[in-house]
Amino acid sequence: MNRNYHFVAAAGLLLFALKARAADPQQLARGEYIARAGDCVACHTAPKTGKAFAGGYPLGTPLGVVYSTNITPDKATGIGAWSYDDFAKLMRSGITREGHAVYPAMPYPSYARVTDADMRALYTYLMNGVMPVSQSNRENGIPWPLSMRWPLHVWSWIFSPGLPSLSAKANGNDEPGPQRTRGAYLVQGLGHCGSCHTPRGAALQEKALTDAGNTIYLSGGGSIDGWIAPSLRNEAGDGIGSMSQEDLVAFLRSGRTVRVASFGAMNDVVVHSTQYLSDADLNSIAVYLKSLPPHKPDTAPFEYNATLAAALYNGRPSTPGARIYLDRCASCHRSDGKGNGKAFPSLAGNPVLQSPDPTSAIHIVLSGASMPATRAAPSAMTMSSYVSVLDDQQVADVVTFIQTGWGNQGAGATAKEVAKVRQFSMPVNPQGWTAKTP
Amino acid sequence: MTDRTMKPVDVVIVGFGWAGAIMAKELTEEGLQVLALERGAYRDTYPDGAYPATLDELTYLQRFKLFQDMSASTFTFRYDVNGQALPYRQIGAFKPGTGVGGAGLHWAGQHWRMFPEELRLRSHYVERYGAKFIPEGMTIQDFGVTYEELEPHFDFAEKVFGTSGQAYRVKGEIVGDGNPFDADRSDSFPLPAQKVPYGPHVFMNAARELGFHPFRAPTATVSAPYTNPYGCQMGPCNFCGFCSGYACYNYSKASPNVNILPALRDLQNFELRPDCNVLRIVLDSSRKRATGVEYADAAGNTVLQPAQIVIASTFAYNNAHLFMLSGIGEQYDPATGKGAVGKNVSYQMLSNIQTFFGPDTNSNPFIGAGGNSVAFDDFNGDNFDHGPLGFVGGAALWCNPAGAKPISGIAVPNGTPQWGRAWKKAVKDNYTNTVSIDSNGANMVYRDCYLDLDPTYKNKYGQPLLRFTFDWKDNDIRMTRFVTSKLEQVARAMNPKSYTVTQKNFGDHFDLRPYQTTHWAGGLIMGADRPTSALNRYLQSWDVPNVFAVGSGVFPVGLGYNPTGAVAALAYWCAKAIRQQYLKDPRPLVDA
Repeated sequence: MNRNYHFVAAAGLLLFALKARAADPQQLARGEYIARAGDCVACHTAPKTGKAFAGGYPLGTPLGVVYSTNITPDKATGIGAWSYDDFAKLMRSGITREGHAVYPAMPYPSYARVTDADMRALYTYLMNGVMPVSQSNRENGIPWPLSMRWPLHVWSWIFSPGLPSLSAKANGNDEPGPQRTRGAYLVQGLGHCGSCHTPRGAALQEKALTDAGNTIYLSGGGSIDGWIAPSLRNEAGDGIGSMSQEDLVAFLRSGRTVRVASFGAMNDVVVHSTQYLSDADLNSIAVYLKSLPPHKPDTAPFEYNATLAAALYNGRPSTPGARIYLDRCASCHRSDGKGNGKAFPSLAGNPVLQSPDPTSAIHIVLSGASMPATRAAPSAMTMSSYVSVLDDQQVADVVTFIQTGWGNQGAGATAKEVAKVRQFSMPVNPQGWTAKTP
Repeated sequence: MTDRTMKPVDVVIVGFGWAGAIMAKELTEEGLQVLALERGAYRDTYPDGAYPATLDELTYLQRFKLFQDMSASTFTFRYDVNGQALPYRQIGAFKPGTGVGGAGLHWAGQHWRMFPEELRLRSHYVERYGAKFIPEGMTIQDFGVTYEELEPHFDFAEKVFGTSGQAYRVKGEIVGDGNPFDADRSDSFPLPAQKVPYGPHVFMNAARELGFHPFRAPTATVSAPYTNPYGCQMGPCNFCGFCSGYACYNYSKASPNVNILPALRDLQNFELRPDCNVLRIVLDSSRKRATGVEYADAAGNTVLQPAQIVIASTFAYNNAHLFMLSGIGEQYDPATGKGAVGKNVSYQMLSNIQTFFGPDTNSNPFIGAGGNSVAFDDFNGDNFDHGPLGFVGGAALWCNPAGAKPISGIAVPNGTPQWGRAWKKAVKDNYTNTVSIDSNGANMVYRDCYLDLDPTYKNKYGQPLLRFTFDWKDNDIRMTRFVTSKLEQVARAMNPKSYTVTQKNFGDHFDLRPYQTTHWAGGLIMGADRPTSALNRYLQSWDVPNVFAVGSGVFPVGLGYNPTGAVAALAYWCAKAIRQQYLKDPRPLVDA
């Protein structure tokens, strides 16, 4: 019966196989890996029932909603009719085959750094390894005059590094450079980490696309869907200074370490992209990030203060926030704030809670949070929502407590800030059971 | 009448509790296309057990949120073969689960092994006490599998569940202050024993003083953060006391949902289909081969699901019901003793002592966990000489603070009025100053205690309900009164102000109203030979060899311990036989 099953499965893939046959399997596999590293599927697939790469994912931008496009090889509605040159031009300059400029929600300024070899592999994969889906692109919800596309050309001309292919040094698979170079290539290029983790300027451009000659690159971005993207530089505060190379690799592979856990918008990155990267690549990324000097060199490293833990342990909370913490949070995160293994993240010293912007902490308390289910760690451990348990002042109190307790150096929260976040806070989605389509 | 036929699969699993989840994991590892059908809804820790909504005795325990809808299907009961059976219309004595995770989602978390002699109970009693010692009408028999064969599976199940406990003997070496009556183990528990709350602490000291051998009982409500061999994670238990009847919000209590399902979720060769109530196993014209199952989906369609292998992994007695409705095997007949389907249904025999201490004792019984206890086994299994006592069986004696349940009732001393000012005062005085201790004993199997199809009552699908013919027997009353006298010695040694004993009397009938235990077993029993059992030693149907059955329904005798550890080990044992033997050569694994 084993054989029967394999036969049926094989028959199901027949159509697909006919197409894929033309392409070199190694090139296909590499292209699939590149697509993962670039996390194409996260934005180019509609939520819940969307078909892979068929577009329709709504991206909230300050201008309005932009819908991602169909990048399956369907000739009429996807990119099936595109030549490699059409594809590479879009990826590097943001200019479509039809000649119009795409919104920079598409991180082409980063993808411009992808080597020709990787770009070709990616093209091969998208053309031959992805099921074509007939699904027309959706009109964007950006009102006139902002909907005019010509200024995007100007934007692209000013802020994107443009077509020139990058130096061979950055190349990964063909000519592996030193670890840091490989890491820089992945982070700056395919990984497009700066899209979220680098602050943006007045024209919404990333203030830096590489670490060359600045410390602003990856020093922490603004709010993405109500989550604050922290600094990825090797610094105290909200940076990765307290995480080792091994911690970073474990985080990117499994979405958690014994101290911290992924949440919010980063979960999609871990689930769709980083969990699939090789050990070598994850280590390269970690080495590169650890090499970035602080943007805020004056921030003192976290120092654990045990006084508070003793007071809580003995049932003597000194503030309303501490009281709420003891009643509602401490059974998992513990009175010492150190959490409990990989199950319950540490709050004391957690980089997220050293942030001058308490939005993420408020958002987690209101919405709850799930760890991303990954191949290395399949449990989507979920903290439930407190949206109907605590009022604005109570959330502000407890967030202020955890942002400043045990030596944490984050900013406190006000009821007003909580009210703002509450407007868009929904209880975190249960993972649920998605029936597989045979 | 079938409305729809689904794409064939290699394996269909009927019921997604512990046994079904284990079989799904094991058989997907073999590369088979596995489909699990679960009659109830999809459930998971979040949101079904989400804090703080799950901490709600009214919703979960009193209104049975996680349990079977008794208006759709139930069981009928009678005391003897001449009685008229009547339906069990409201949940009382036992709590049938439903939904993804099954009883494994709402269990308490006590994770026991078995005593080697329980696996060969008849042989053991005959050898030690002689055949005449076994009372007339008691139909105990052997499992057909030995402790040594099951040991690796007991061990692996503990690693999957994150079971916390202290071993006594590992590979012949005494390693710690565990249960000295335990059989040899190949490894220690994966996590250290759970902490001892005040009540069990007092119980432990008293038992030790009397010369008994108390130990910290193994529990799947875990003592530390844990990642199991499947990569599934648990968080340490915080003694909130909401275990039995609830979905643990804290990832602390092992369940199929927490410990296995995450590892199945992304497999391409596994599918879970909730809200699918299997009506029967479908046989071909030879009636020696199953071709799949027929089920009713949520919309009421009757759906045919073809499969090469059928695994019946429903709760306890329901496997027998499924076999009866499918016409597999011969219905047991109490008059002749022939037939094995429906035979040897067993329950458990319990007693309780409430001890009341003075004010400010602060035993704080609300601090607890369903699996957290101190126990002693001096009077369990055959750990004591039954010769002069004249009964078969025994009980575990324990102090298991499982959380205080105010609506279920707060214990007050004998003589307290049942309402009014005096009752309120007694509740106030005693709520934080009581310690409850129990005996959890075996109930043996008898010729006239069995299952069959009810001739009168039907479920919502028009199928006859399962009928229980069951009542207490003197052997088991004798057992419980003996072990309760030992428990009473411990109660006295705990030195309370007063205590109240609740135990069965000779002549008592089985009362379906007060909750006792959900630990039914038997009805579709495994065994060494075909005339006396429905399944062979590999849990394969003697009659339809591509049908296997797992769950406590396979136990041919009653156990003193809670059954989940044995259910899990036997499921791994069955899976191993399928993987290593049946798939290579799909035929009866034991010649009849």
